[in-house]
Amino acid sequence: MSASQPLLAPVAAEEARRPVVAVEDLRIAFPGETGEVVAVDGLSFTLSPGAALGLVGESGSGKSATALALLGLHRGSSARVSGRVEVAGVDLGAASAEEVRRLRGRRIAMIFQDPLSALDPYYSVGDQIAEVCRVHTGMDRRAAWARAVTVLDRVGIPSAARRARSHPHEFSGGMRQRAMIAMALACEPDVLVADEPTTALDVTVQAQILDLLHELREESGMALLLVTHDLGVAAGNVDDVLVMHAGVAVERGPVGRVLSAPTEPYTRELVAAVPRIETPRRSIVDTKGVTPSSTVDKNAEPLVRITELRRHFRQRGGLFRRGEPVRAVDGVSLGVLRGETLGIVGESGSGKTTLARMMVRLLDPTSGTIHFDGHDLASLPEKRLRPLRRDLQMVFQDPASSLNPRRTVGDSIADPLRIHGADESEIRRVVAEMMERVGLDPARRDRYPHEFSGGQRQRVGIARALVLRPRLLVCDEPVSALDVSTQSRVVRLLADLKREFDLTLVFVAHDLALVRQVSDRVAVMRAGQVVEIADSDTLYENPEHPYTRALLAAVPRLDPEQARAQRAARRAVAVADADHAGTSEGAGEPR
Amino acid sequence: MLSYLVRRVVGAVVVLFVLSVAVFAIFYLLPGDPAQLVCGVKTCSADRLALVRQKLGLDQPVAMQYWQFVTGLVVGRDVSAGPTVLHCPAPCLGFSFQTDEPVLALITDRLPVSLSLTLGAMVLWLTIGVGGGVLSALRRGRFVDRATTALVLGGMSVPVFVSGLLLLMVFCVWLRWLPFPSYVPLGSDPAAWAANLVLPWFALALVQAATYARLTRTSMLETLAEDHIRTARAYGLRESRVVGRHALRGALTPLATMLAIDVGAVLTSAALTETLFGLPGLGQLLVQSVNTLDLPVVVGLMLLAGFAIVIGNVVADLLYAVLDRRVSLT
Amino acid sequence: MSVPVETTTRAGTTEDGPPPARSARVVWRRLLADRPAVFGLAFAGLAVLVALTAPLLSALEGQDPVTFHPELVDSARGGVPLGSFGGVSAEHWLGVEPQTGRDLFARTVHGAQISLAVAVGAAVVQVGLGVALGLAAGLGGRWLDHLLGRVIDLVIAFPSLIFSVALLAVVPDSFPRPLLLMLILGLFGWGGTARIVRAQVLSLRSRDHVAAARLAGARPARVAFREILPGVVAPVLSYAAILLPSNMIAEAGLSFLGVGVRPPTPSWGQMLSKATTWFRGDPVYVLVPAILLFLTVLSFSLLADGLRTALDPRAGGLARRAE
Repeated sequence: MSASQPLLAPVAAEEARRPVVAVEDLRIAFPGETGEVVAVDGLSFTLSPGAALGLVGESGSGKSATALALLGLHRGSSARVSGRVEVAGVDLGAASAEEVRRLRGRRIAMIFQDPLSALDPYYSVGDQIAEVCRVHTGMDRRAAWARAVTVLDRVGIPSAARRARSHPHEFSGGMRQRAMIAMALACEPDVLVADEPTTALDVTVQAQILDLLHELREESGMALLLVTHDLGVAAGNVDDVLVMHAGVAVERGPVGRVLSAPTEPYTRELVAAVPRIETPRRSIVDTKGVTPSSTVDKNAEPLVRITELRRHFRQRGGLFRRGEPVRAVDGVSLGVLRGETLGIVGESGSGKTTLARMMVRLLDPTSGTIHFDGHDLASLPEKRLRPLRRDLQMVFQDPASSLNPRRTVGDSIADPLRIHGADESEIRRVVAEMMERVGLDPARRDRYPHEFSGGQRQRVGIARALVLRPRLLVCDEPVSALDVSTQSRVVRLLADLKREFDLTLVFVAHDLALVRQVSDRVAVMRAGQVVEIADSDTLYENPEHPYTRALLAAVPRLDPEQARAQRAARRAVAVADADHAGTSEGAGEPR
Repeated sequence: MLSYLVRRVVGAVVVLFVLSVAVFAIFYLLPGDPAQLVCGVKTCSADRLALVRQKLGLDQPVAMQYWQFVTGLVVGRDVSAGPTVLHCPAPCLGFSFQTDEPVLALITDRLPVSLSLTLGAMVLWLTIGVGGGVLSALRRGRFVDRATTALVLGGMSVPVFVSGLLLLMVFCVWLRWLPFPSYVPLGSDPAAWAANLVLPWFALALVQAATYARLTRTSMLETLAEDHIRTARAYGLRESRVVGRHALRGALTPLATMLAIDVGAVLTSAALTETLFGLPGLGQLLVQSVNTLDLPVVVGLMLLAGFAIVIGNVVADLLYAVLDRRVSLT
Repeated sequence: MSVPVETTTRAGTTEDGPPPARSARVVWRRLLADRPAVFGLAFAGLAVLVALTAPLLSALEGQDPVTFHPELVDSARGGVPLGSFGGVSAEHWLGVEPQTGRDLFARTVHGAQISLAVAVGAAVVQVGLGVALGLAAGLGGRWLDHLLGRVIDLVIAFPSLIFSVALLAVVPDSFPRPLLLMLILGLFGWGGTARIVRAQVLSLRSRDHVAAARLAGARPARVAFREILPGVVAPVLSYAAILLPSNMIAEAGLSFLGVGVRPPTPSWGQMLSKATTWFRGDPVYVLVPAILLFLTVLSFSLLADGLRTALDPRAGGLARRAE
């Protein structure tokens, strides 16, 4: 690493409050198959004691590599790090391994995106926290354990003394992240680095964890570096943001200013792409200047009518008793109107994916009916279902798994046509047309999926779903694997295609803001049931069910003022029912 | 847990049943006459042959013989040996066609030899294999790693009877450092026991050590790449502790279960080594009995082998559940 | 001491790793870039060539594997070959067998024929059975899968070596031995392939492109052939490559125990079995088959290792050539 002169000396002289983290001209590069891949290039920033900085960017922006560099975690890896990183007065580039080790966990602590894999599965949570205390303070076993129980209690683990003996897999997702935070608190560090701390969590749990972090920071005065792709998460939790793109800092400043009046084109585009929960559906116009949903006839017979639909998954039971089945979908009745977009929202485990898959009969219902065009899809045998298939298509969540890696994208798109016996010249024409329509170059028809980006792969999936000109298109989290700017482009494409192809859309997603923007009506699911279904704007403006209200209150806002108000409101509610401090996390959704 | 054990026991009984029926079937459906062998191929008169048949129970239908065998196993049975009647208590595996000795006694006599060989070799292959694998993973891509990988590939390519022969030639014939192996019971002379077994131990351990080193390396690399190892480093744990407490624990868990299965497969793995070194163990007994069509001994050994393998598998499952609390036995 | 920290950050790329091998040509090119694999390929190729031309080679030497040459062994010393290095001479390139005086070179090259033929034949049986039953388990209904899953477990846990010993001992000599060895090794050794195929099919079945094919109206057979089978090829190929060396070792082991190939047919394992009594008097007799067996098995292992890397298990691998 470069041995530069003490750049920060004049600053330190000027100011008594010397920054606790100072990064100067940081460059991180990884050796790639074709030369070096630069993850971070010429990044500089400082973090004052007690301050909170958001490092914001899309995937590949270099934000996580930066976070790891703050703890010197690139040491010993193939990464080449240059520039200067100073934490709590120690220059990480020049420091010995032992000096860096003593810094980690004691002065600067880190929490990670996925707490299940970030904690050691073989030791109890208390053990792991106590180990950190003993390493840095020389406490004896008993004192370290007591400290572990104290911090677990502080982060809101109920009956901490008992739960400290539990292993990470015995905790729910939110509780695990709390335990991870407890570990970070163990030695009262000066800085907490949080790398996408709530990305793997449901929105209500996310709000709880962020509130906890906020509270802890107010109390202890530690500085926070929050790494996130979610501008809403940044808005409510940091003072300043640094927007990164392709390894370079694009824009920085107070979070309110950057999010409300971005100066750089990239930031402007990014901020504009984020769906806002407060934007009414009725105000949205598509690229052709048409307000959506004007064509829906609410009194006509729905295209799909679902009655008392259930799907149970068998669980392995004991020897003498049958396991209690998981009721993934538990008595859902709803209609999908011709020409509308029906949004289905819910947290993980709510049964929304199971419902979506039953609508196109990828899954067989346990009981109930699905009326479509005079047929009951739920009970049709596969042979008689086949002619109906072309009317029912689906766009999947994971563009990597929904395309066969061994077939060209042209083949994948052409497949439905071939199966339905079109002739080859016709197929070539339709595939080229369709590729062009979804924004792909038809010349790339002979390429394989891995040569396309995530957004492009999703476009291929949409083209494949549309070549048969279906009447119902079910989209299961179609954009949740994509970056926000790609996300908005794909959503816009879907809206255009819907009008052009006269489609009825079912849009399943966990992102409440996004669902409001795309849906005419919205159904809220919880534990296999629809708790509320209403016109989109009605539901978001006047939610009736308490669960809907709780969900909406948890959604991060892009405006820091609003975020503060939301937090205050959540706190008031939390104080009101402090006795039920549990979480509302469901089990993983069975697929 | 209870349902797991019940299912495992039922599974084991099925395996053993299939095994014993298969062995009976092979010996009866295919030509080859044990009575002829016992009686002597050239000198045997028809009368004598019939007498031998009757004595061995070979004159009865196969199903009857199998039934007698099973009852003997469960409750014991009486066997007429000429004028006298012998009682064979449960679990009765019958008597050898060749020597008239009870099969169970033959097996228990030879068990210590096979156990001495396998357990000794196991200590060796674990030390070499796990040590080499861990070292190789920690020094990934460097000289030690490449050397270990080469040795592993070499070791896995040498059948035990080749490495054993080479060891014999070098240490017994050319250098004359060690005695030509012959089994000395541990109880009578521990030093001689060990000296005689050194070569068989190494011969058997070599291939296994290579397999274990390869697995350890893979498992260790996988564990080292896990997020919780990064966490341990991010919280200032010393590298020795990161590796010794956090990485090894995860890396060795799958190996422990594999070891249990391998120990269960002792009879199979040691047959070649015993034959090569002339050690009077179970493997050698099997080869001899097969060559002389000594059905009761073969069936007894097969059942024992099947039993040991089934037990090994159950122990492996239990170990896994104990070592990794995320696993539940259902 | 520190060990590389894996980071999840990628800059400016949408790739999830090296591209999967898309054609036989790509696999071949990657294989040729791997030095140990090239050595393996060269030596294994040589061994196959020797095996194929064994009669020609021994004719070139002017010997055959079965003729006795009692005049070349020292009957006074128990039948040790006369001359140095086990009787190496211009007529007998590797010397002669002790006691019988049969030509060692001729026996060795003919032995290669048996060893390789049995290994390849057994692998064919193993892969055939394994793929068929693995596919049946993975594609069939829940019941079939359950049943076959149990059978696969049973075959893998079976004490196959000793069972083979028993089986080989009782089958009459009139049945051709090499064929019998192939069948027995094959019948006991298909469990691993079946397990891999089943697991791969089950994992592919749950992928969304299979669901998409069903939505497009594809019949089950089309789904199986277009969406699932191509994904099974690479793992099977890389596993089959490991079967070859392990079959060679198994054949040699059975012949060593005296239940494999019967004399006078030569095989390396059987030569080693006889060598146990001669390693004091005639070390060359041990070393020739031992070294050849070692080198052949090693080269096949290296080749298998290289092939596995070339097929790139992470990305999925070999498929039909890009159209």
